[in-house]
Amino acid sequence: MKAIPVEAGLILAGVLFMLGLISVLIRRNIIFMLISVEIMLNAAGLAFIVAGARWGQPDGQVMFIFILTMAAAEVSVGLALILQLYHQLQTLDGDAANKMKG
Amino acid sequence: MEDFLWLVPALPLAGALILIVASGKLSKSVSGFIGAGSVGLSAVISIILGFRFLEDSTIVIKQHLWSWFDVADLAPDFALHLDALSMVFIFVITFVGFLIHLYSIEFMHDDEGFTRFFAYLNLFVCSMLILVLADNLVLMYLGWEGVGLCSYLLIGFWYKEEKNGYAARKAFIITRVGDTAMAIGLFMLFQTFGTLTIQEILNQAPQALPMDSETGTIIAFLLLGGAVGKSAQLPLQTWLPDAMAGPSPVSALIHAATMVTAGVYLITRTYAIFELAPLAQQWVGIIGATTLLIAGFSALTQNDLKRVLAYSTISQIGYMFLALGVGAYSAAIFHFMIHAFFKALLFLGAGAVIMVLHHEHDMFKMGGLQKKLPVIFWTFLIGSGSLAALPFITAGFYSKDQILWLSLAGEKGNIWFFLAALTGAFVTAIYTFRMVFLTFYGEEKTHVSHPVGSLISIPLIVLGVLSLIGGFIELPHTLGHLQLFTDYMAPVVPANVLTSGIESSEWLIQLSATALCILGVGIAYFFYMKRSDIRAELKRSMIVTNRFWYSGWGFDQLYDLIFVRPYVFISTINKNDIVDAFYAGIVSVSNFFHDAFARTQNGVMRWYIMGIVVGAIFVLSIGLLFN
Amino acid sequence: MVGGIIAWLVSRANESFGKIIALLTVSTDLIISITLWLDRQSLLANTADQWMIKFNAPWIPTFGISVSFALDGLSLLMIMLTFFLGVLAVLTSWKEIQYRPGFYYFNLLWVLAGITGVFLTMDLFLFYFFWEVMLIPMYFLIGVWGHENKTYAAYKFFIFTQASGLLMLLAILSLYFIHGDSSGTYTFDYFALLTTDFSPEVGRLLMLGFLAAFIVKLPVVPFHTWLPDAHSQAPTAGSLILAGLLLKTGAYGLLRFVVPFFPEASVEIAPIAMLFGVIGILYGAILAFSQTDFKRLVAYTSVSHMGFVILGVFAFNELAWQGVVMQMITHGISTGALFILAGSIYERIHTRDITTMGGFWSKMPFMAVMALIFSMASLGLPGLGNFIAEFLTLVGSWSANKTLTIFAAIGLVGATAYSLRIMQKIYYGEARMDPHRTSRSLDLNPREKLIFIPMVLLIVWLGVYPQIFIETSKKPVTEGLKISEGKLKAPFHKQPDPFLSKKGGSHE
Repeated sequence: MKAIPVEAGLILAGVLFMLGLISVLIRRNIIFMLISVEIMLNAAGLAFIVAGARWGQPDGQVMFIFILTMAAAEVSVGLALILQLYHQLQTLDGDAANKMKG
Repeated sequence: MEDFLWLVPALPLAGALILIVASGKLSKSVSGFIGAGSVGLSAVISIILGFRFLEDSTIVIKQHLWSWFDVADLAPDFALHLDALSMVFIFVITFVGFLIHLYSIEFMHDDEGFTRFFAYLNLFVCSMLILVLADNLVLMYLGWEGVGLCSYLLIGFWYKEEKNGYAARKAFIITRVGDTAMAIGLFMLFQTFGTLTIQEILNQAPQALPMDSETGTIIAFLLLGGAVGKSAQLPLQTWLPDAMAGPSPVSALIHAATMVTAGVYLITRTYAIFELAPLAQQWVGIIGATTLLIAGFSALTQNDLKRVLAYSTISQIGYMFLALGVGAYSAAIFHFMIHAFFKALLFLGAGAVIMVLHHEHDMFKMGGLQKKLPVIFWTFLIGSGSLAALPFITAGFYSKDQILWLSLAGEKGNIWFFLAALTGAFVTAIYTFRMVFLTFYGEEKTHVSHPVGSLISIPLIVLGVLSLIGGFIELPHTLGHLQLFTDYMAPVVPANVLTSGIESSEWLIQLSATALCILGVGIAYFFYMKRSDIRAELKRSMIVTNRFWYSGWGFDQLYDLIFVRPYVFISTINKNDIVDAFYAGIVSVSNFFHDAFARTQNGVMRWYIMGIVVGAIFVLSIGLLFN
Repeated sequence: MVGGIIAWLVSRANESFGKIIALLTVSTDLIISITLWLDRQSLLANTADQWMIKFNAPWIPTFGISVSFALDGLSLLMIMLTFFLGVLAVLTSWKEIQYRPGFYYFNLLWVLAGITGVFLTMDLFLFYFFWEVMLIPMYFLIGVWGHENKTYAAYKFFIFTQASGLLMLLAILSLYFIHGDSSGTYTFDYFALLTTDFSPEVGRLLMLGFLAAFIVKLPVVPFHTWLPDAHSQAPTAGSLILAGLLLKTGAYGLLRFVVPFFPEASVEIAPIAMLFGVIGILYGAILAFSQTDFKRLVAYTSVSHMGFVILGVFAFNELAWQGVVMQMITHGISTGALFILAGSIYERIHTRDITTMGGFWSKMPFMAVMALIFSMASLGLPGLGNFIAEFLTLVGSWSANKTLTIFAAIGLVGATAYSLRIMQKIYYGEARMDPHRTSRSLDLNPREKLIFIPMVLLIVWLGVYPQIFIETSKKPVTEGLKISEGKLKAPFHKQPDPFLSKKGGSHE
């Protein structure tokens, strides 16, 4: 199997990351924001995998598992928060939750 | 008897304490009895002590009560020192004080603060006695400030009138300025001598301070500063006329007979230092001479009976300072004693007049009291004669004549001092008899409410007699030459030194003084009895001078302008404390940043994310750039 | 003694009859300290040096921290003052404090405990600890039971003292390490640290650290601005303790730490420090004159009086130091009394604005007499304690610096002006309050008389027979000077006399 060039993997990771970032920035719906954050996390994970493959080291995959675990935890906490938010504010608009502004 | 010396100041103190503690619970007669009785007992003790001194005035009675404090070398004690000089003072204080207390029982009878009045008065007598009996300068300073306090309390006695309070405050603050000078003088004395015991200083002074030395001169000037403050001399004289806001017995006791002469006492007491500082001593004379003239002219224009007397007090103390300035210590003390008699008499008389005329102070609204109040009239006349130094019969003549003579003939005297004193005598005669004529002669302008009782008359008569005969203990060379007082004072103060070859002209001086005095009375008679039209004319033509003199030569206005206003101004504009603005500045700067940063915390998540991204890019690019 | 207080406190922090217990504890302490004082002769006889009692137990030996208390004449006088004013503070709060009294007395006693600790401890770590202990409850006293602007005042007080306290902590730690490095034993012990050697530059820096804490506390112009706010907003007892005791910890620190630790640096800074003292005297007097808030006025008089303290401390001689000690005691009493007066008036007419007062003499003669006595004390009338203090300080500073002493003495005139203004505005004149308010009897009640009478007696005692107090503090003062002088290579230099050569004549 011909190895995929490192650059391609990294570019894909970068594109994914930017997509995630931009959608976090422009989305108002808080669920979509959460999904976008997941995309960014996966982008970072992909970068680790690519780098691990490039150097022939297992560390990249170890890190990916870490990220996976963390993402799962984060999603569960995040969804719980979203539920609460929806109960409190009756909306999923992230900008509505600015009660803590200084 | 010597062991009872401490009772002299302690009795009035005890009286004061009883009156303060039991205030409100005592009936008036009881508080009057306690007040007058305690001072009376003191007077008895001091008279008994006085007889011992008459036998032999060289004795010194010392009494060590307890040691006050003792730090490093500074160890003043509560110790009393009685010698011929302080004897004169305690006699005058207790005796005149007692008479004034008696008088006050009747005078203050209807006042609601009767007990309070006697408490203050007793406290005053006590402080004054401590002042003159102190064996060290710190204890003296205690008495010195104590009389200042009592003076403050008594001037402001009728506290409901706001202006009395201001007069009281003014008196205290101005004398305090002098006191501060004196305190600094004490520091210097302590540094120079290592002690503040008066006798030790006097003994060491000739060795420790060379003649005309800088230190000595400065010390003398600082002490002089204290003296002029208390004795209402130039330039700190302005408080005394206002101090007349107090009840008349107070004016008599404090502002005529005793407290204001504390400066005279101080200078006499520390004469050794002044002897070593001729410049300072000369200034004592100059201040005395200037003050006596300025105050004399001011007295000419006053309408308020008590203010006339106040200015005349300033003027008479000016005479004493003049005497001190020419080294005629015993003459100054002699004049002090006589002055205490006649000025207390005049104030008490004036107080009685004012009382029966429903608190009318204006002389121009008085008149014709000669018939209605014979006792007051005659005693007041005696007092006035003594003040104006009517020749031969009054005590004032003998005491003032001595000063006149020594201001010219004394070794340190000169013609200018003499001329000032002579002019002063002339002016004194005019204003004194102006006062007498306006008050007692002419038609009656205000109705007399009631005759005065015996408690007022008796002190007046006693003082009147003393004002007449008191002078006969010291007669000039030309008239019998009797020197009982000078001899008596000899152990404590140096004798008068005359310029040689001048003795023969003494009669000339007496003659001129006599002539001027009679001329003065004549002028007063002419203007105020015969031709009041000319007087009005004269007043109109000299309106500016009149006003200037009336206001006491504008000193009040001057001080107001250069000290009081700026002080109040600075104080008022800085009320909120300029330094605080600095800290408030720090607070507002941090508040500004607080606001600025708080605005970024707007709760919109994408701003935060944007911030993170921008920050990350920034950090990364820096990292890449400066690799 | 301190432990006793704390133990008492923790057990009863919220009891409603806390005031009775508070009174009892403080009185017991007062009695203990007076007994100690009466025994001072026998206590002194046992030891060769100035210390009467020493107590030392290791606390955190690893860092050389120990629970170390020692008592000499100076600290004895100070703790007597502490408990005396403590008793009065409890008494003044008797009626005034209605809101959460338990917590109030808890704080009050903690402040007292902190102050006592500061006066007693001989371990610098512990010293800093107590320094903070007295700070925080005081913050609550002002912040919770204060007047209208209490939060601001409490913050200001806290920030000022805390910031300067941190500088001191820094200096303490540096001293600890320097001493440890040079001698090998790391300790916070006062006596050990006294022997530390360091270069002049380091000494100067360290001294500034200590000085910062003490002069802010004292306070010295221009670090005084927390004081008027804190004083005027605090409850009466709070003002009493602030003025009477907290300020004294600053003075105590100067005497106990700054000069003996860093004599050379102190001598260097002396002219400046004295200058600031004199500025404080005059500045405080001028500002006091224009205040309309009674408590603010009194607060500025404190600024003025504390100027004498710093003037005296940096004059480096026995006279001045004794003056400072006396000033600490007498100022505590006289100013404390004025604050209590302000509190009593506030209780009656609910204002502190003196322009609305007037003519109280006829309404409350007893109080007027008290006010008279204490305002006379604050202007330094001989026969009352403050005179002795100011006189000694000035005599002492005269030999150190003449020009400044003259200006300080002029401050006495300023003192007269503001003290008499108190009397004038409040007690003289026509009664200004509306009749239905002033018709009932307004004079002091027995409890207040009970507060004032001991104060009067004490201030008169200090005025006419201070010797007994002076003797108590004589040894610490002379020892302190001796230690400092010993460390100094040259004796305290006498400055040339600028006054004699430049000015002449009666200054006024």
